Amino acid sequence: MPKMPGMIVGLGVTAKTFFKTVFPDGPFSPPSPSKGAHTVAYPHVKEAPPDRARGVIALHDENCTACMLCARECPDWCIYIEGHKELAPPRRAGGKPRQANKLDRFDIDFALCMYCGICVDVCPFDALFWSPEFEFSELKLADLLHDKERLGDWMETVPEFGPYEAGADQKVRKVPSTS
Amino acid sequence: MTAELTLPADALANQDLANNAQLRYIASQAADSRINVELETEGMTLNIGPQHPATHGTLRIVAKLDGEQVIEAQPIMGYMHRGYEKLTEVRTYPQVTTLINRIDWVGSFANEVPFILAAEELMDVEAPPRAQWIRTALFEMGRIANIMLFLGDMAVQLGGITAVFYAFRDREFVLNQIESATGGRFHPNFNRIGGIKDDLPAGWIEETKSAMVKVREFCDEMEDLVVGNEIFQSRCRGVGVIPAELAKEYGLSGANLRGSGVDWDLRRDEPSPLAWSEIDWKVWTHPDGDSFSRYWVRLQETREASLMVEKLLDNLPAGPIMAKVPRIIKVPEGESYVQTENPLGAMGYYVVSKGELTPFRVKIRTASFSNMSITPWLLEGVYVPDIATILASLYFILGDIDR
Amino acid sequence: MLTPLALEFAYWQETIVKIVIGLVAVLLPTGALVYMFLFKMMSFMQSRLGPMETGPHGAMQLLAEFGKFLQKEDIFPSKADRWVFAAAPFVVLVSTFMLVLVLPGGPSAYFTDLSTGIYFALAVSSVSVIGTLMAGWGSNSKYALLGGLRAAGQLIAYELPLVLSVVGVVIMAGTLNLREIVLSQSDFGIWFIIPQFLGFLIYLIAIQAELTQPPFDMPVAESELVTGYLTEYSGLRFLLFFIAEFATAAIFSAIGATLFLGGWTIPFVDPTAEFMNYIGPFVLGIKMIGIAFLIFWFRVTYPRFREDQLQRLAWKFLIPLALFNIVVTAVFKVVF
Repeated sequence: MPKMPGMIVGLGVTAKTFFKTVFPDGPFSPPSPSKGAHTVAYPHVKEAPPDRARGVIALHDENCTACMLCARECPDWCIYIEGHKELAPPRRAGGKPRQANKLDRFDIDFALCMYCGICVDVCPFDALFWSPEFEFSELKLADLLHDKERLGDWMETVPEFGPYEAGADQKVRKVPSTS
Repeated sequence: MTAELTLPADALANQDLANNAQLRYIASQAADSRINVELETEGMTLNIGPQHPATHGTLRIVAKLDGEQVIEAQPIMGYMHRGYEKLTEVRTYPQVTTLINRIDWVGSFANEVPFILAAEELMDVEAPPRAQWIRTALFEMGRIANIMLFLGDMAVQLGGITAVFYAFRDREFVLNQIESATGGRFHPNFNRIGGIKDDLPAGWIEETKSAMVKVREFCDEMEDLVVGNEIFQSRCRGVGVIPAELAKEYGLSGANLRGSGVDWDLRRDEPSPLAWSEIDWKVWTHPDGDSFSRYWVRLQETREASLMVEKLLDNLPAGPIMAKVPRIIKVPEGESYVQTENPLGAMGYYVVSKGELTPFRVKIRTASFSNMSITPWLLEGVYVPDIATILASLYFILGDIDR
Repeated sequence: MLTPLALEFAYWQETIVKIVIGLVAVLLPTGALVYMFLFKMMSFMQSRLGPMETGPHGAMQLLAEFGKFLQKEDIFPSKADRWVFAAAPFVVLVSTFMLVLVLPGGPSAYFTDLSTGIYFALAVSSVSVIGTLMAGWGSNSKYALLGGLRAAGQLIAYELPLVLSVVGVVIMAGTLNLREIVLSQSDFGIWFIIPQFLGFLIYLIAIQAELTQPPFDMPVAESELVTGYLTEYSGLRFLLFFIAEFATAAIFSAIGATLFLGGWTIPFVDPTAEFMNYIGPFVLGIKMIGIAFLIFWFRVTYPRFREDQLQRLAWKFLIPLALFNIVVTAVFKVVF
């Protein structure tokens, strides 16, 4: 069989894609390009990012001890933490009051953040989590500095850690429940 | 299915083309001097870039033109210099991986690996096999994501707009897999000294395999839409011929070198803790050395890489993914150089440590920077449209040139 | 042309009506082509949706684009040849509007019935070269200059195969009048695309080049010359170039439909019947869309030629082929 000229084969490729896009369910069904196209009409249709997606950093502030590890390890130093020590009621009745670290301020400047995840990794107390939430754009750069209330709100969007692939030697972590 | 693929029957002999390139160069010089003597025409200086569609980034090429013929072309780099080598000196080792992600931003997983390997070599730790295999698989997926962009972009530089949409469409499957494993589509930051950050999520291997099938379908589509197209061939065949010897002299690497018929691939030729030696795969070369052969080699490499990912995931060993490393990483004094075959070519990190939290000095060898160095020779005597062809076929990422 | 409407008009009224119909005849098919092919078909061929927000399936997108271009600042580059720069889009547009004059939409639905209709159409279509050159020269930009010169070289090179491919049809019809060419096709029994298939192919390639559509778009090659002679244009003037490009695409397709696909006629229907004046333009429109579909299909699929390859294709391949076509047609005309 003689070889088809490449220019005609090329026309076939575009035509095939055209039909795949317009008639995703086969030629005898009504055309539905919104289904056949690979693009998504964003504000109307939203694709769910995978669970591990690094969308935004959520803070579980009961776990935070203001130890500053995250702020120190951050490659561009976009985490601002202030805390103070205070005396918490003793664990057992009659015991001494214990010292607790109280978090006053926990701000992340998402205009600077590189979404590397080092802060989430180094946190020894499970206070920081990645949430796949991505719709937190602001009109002003300065408004991207989010405080601990806002970061705390995102805790609700943090998905549970999924199981691992077979052969993995890791323990599945738990997301603390937000009360 | 790749086994049946052979060289195109009309692949030209390498030596002839090398001679042709030399002759063309001499002829263009002669023509230039003749025209200038006879007509007293002045050359026109055309500034291609820093903002120009053909340079996809901020590369600037100062071309002296005679009509549409380029007499002299000089690439000017550095418009996007971000000082990574200096920045790494004030970042701890774990922080460096976030930065170097951004060097070649389309295949960024591959950027992290040589640095991490260099640091591991200094610390004398070795990541467990499972981590190495996952690294290798993600490395190859980074390569696929990178080269798929090239396969579409080369066509769009030549005016065929559709291929680039297909590239972005099918690249999405690969990026989604990278994202669902590492959390980042473009900047995975998944490597740690002594292993990787996390194990793969359940079901990932199956999804990745189906994505790899899509990649190969895309490669077939490109073969029909772009490679087979007579216009594409006439634009690329014999344009931008790099003879093998010259390619070596200029320090080209990656598909640009293999496109000139030099069988050199660091994945195979250099001992590496990564799992490339554990599976069997093939290094693709093409004898012609022109723009077409560079495209062809990259197309085959994408296919090969997708097969490699499948083989790697099929034989993934079980076990831990992190070696024992101290919590605060201090790298002992010493120097090491590790280079790997990145999507764009050989990329290496020369790490000097004085035993502190931060590296003392990091020298980054990027592929695009060396690949660009041949452009003054290559662009001499070509026509203006060929500038776009040649630049596209050399395939550089601006971040990789200017880091 | 207004006789079928059976209305009495004063001369000035008739002129106004003609201008309005002319505008509609240019802008409506242009908008239809841009929306159908450039926005939608191209998107579907690239697995995407295209405009979806303005109107149902983005049908009003063109109006939005129109409004956008009108709002933009009309920038003159410093040291540009102001007068030449400003006039260039109008020169291109005038050639487009003059093309539509001779196009017959029915047995008596036409603007003018020139006895040398096709000759006139091909002649005025080359006026746009001057506008393109003016744009390239007046912009005071090297990219624009290169683009303008490329456009001039290309448009002149492809005038010849365009004219020569039409000559075959003219020989078969025995007239230069477009209306009579249509009628002679229905007398002949089949559309001229069958006996003149080679001519049709050459015509398709040549109009693709005349319209500077890919694969012949090196005058505006965005990866080499930014956008060639359009580089410095903004706002309304860019819009005019844009309209001219796609209006010419529509009109060349319509001329192609007239020459090769029987114009307004429908097989087995009397082409001179009174009602053909009303449905004729729509029939012509459908045929035009058929040819325009091919133009845009090529546009989506192919990469572009290099300048020298394009010239070689025109002079060494298309013109000899067109001459061969003429000889064969002439021989057949004499023999039968």
